[in-house]
Amino acid sequence: MSESLSAATAFFVGHGGDEIEAYLARPAGEGSRGGVVVIHHMPGYDRSTKEIVRRFAELGYDAVCPNLYWREAPGAAPDDAAATARANGGVPDERLIGDVAGAAGYLRSLPTSNGKVGVIGYCSGGRQSVLAACNLDLDAAVDCYGAFVTGTPPEGFPLKVTNLVDQLTNLRCPLLGLFGKEDSHPSPEQVAELDEILTADHKPHEFHSYDDAGHAFFAVDRPAYRVAAANDGWERITTFYSEHLGG
Amino acid sequence: MCTYATVQTALDGSAKGPGGSWFHVTDGTIYFDHPVHAMAEHTLNIDFADPTKGPSARVALELTAASARSLIAAIETALDSAPAELTD
Repeated sequence: MSESLSAATAFFVGHGGDEIEAYLARPAGEGSRGGVVVIHHMPGYDRSTKEIVRRFAELGYDAVCPNLYWREAPGAAPDDAAATARANGGVPDERLIGDVAGAAGYLRSLPTSNGKVGVIGYCSGGRQSVLAACNLDLDAAVDCYGAFVTGTPPEGFPLKVTNLVDQLTNLRCPLLGLFGKEDSHPSPEQVAELDEILTADHKPHEFHSYDDAGHAFFAVDRPAYRVAAANDGWERITTFYSEHLGG
Repeated sequence: MCTYATVQTALDGSAKGPGGSWFHVTDGTIYFDHPVHAMAEHTLNIDFADPTKGPSARVALELTAASARSLIAAIETALDSAPAELTD
């Protein structure tokens, strides 16, 4: 396989028929391959997220990250866009689902697509990855330490986030969960609750919780970065997607 | 974690923002969550903004919890040190 890849800004139609910006990275060459939708974390459509998108292209997938804040702040710096989106109350779940649906459809429309699309999200995007997998026809989902998949948000949260417990029965694809044992959101107890719910419902899933890792251990530009957990996590993701998005 | 918690308040003042230009501040958004730049897992973040001028009309602060509390105390000390008739 060639190590060459290309990356560019793309546009596709997301929720409500809105055209939104996205970052697209693709391996060179024709062939047939799976696609990955990367859901950025709450700080936005930033450099570190785009590096993740390129890594999936390097792994052999067509990968795209929709700019979830495009409507509030088109063309703004990622941190300014994130601040604007937060001040406006965050990304509604319905809109997230529509935007991921647009991203998945865009990937499947590429001439290189094998029809299979996975989703992955970090932090708030971890919850959104599970949300998308409960509502859309996807082939594999990865939740990296998403809070409030289970558990109850404190009262008075200005951002209207709810847990996904009542949606988990609709999970349509295998789920890989990667968590830090020192994280409090999601806590080990909340991860165990999610594991129990999915096991009881016969939903295929695979969870890994790492010692000496808290929240955001994949984030190479933050103090939370934990190299051992991140390296093993990338190995798990690579194997999981190879199994479910290959062919 | 992403705390999601966000507190907003109306403000009336000015800030020196992008490009070294001053702008009128109308809104403050305050939240305790991941910073963009500070070397801490969580910080008290304040955005001083004028939303009518677009997303870049913003001065951002990311403070550790201890320094945020220190700032609150310093602001109160400064206000209390001024004649009451000036700060009512």
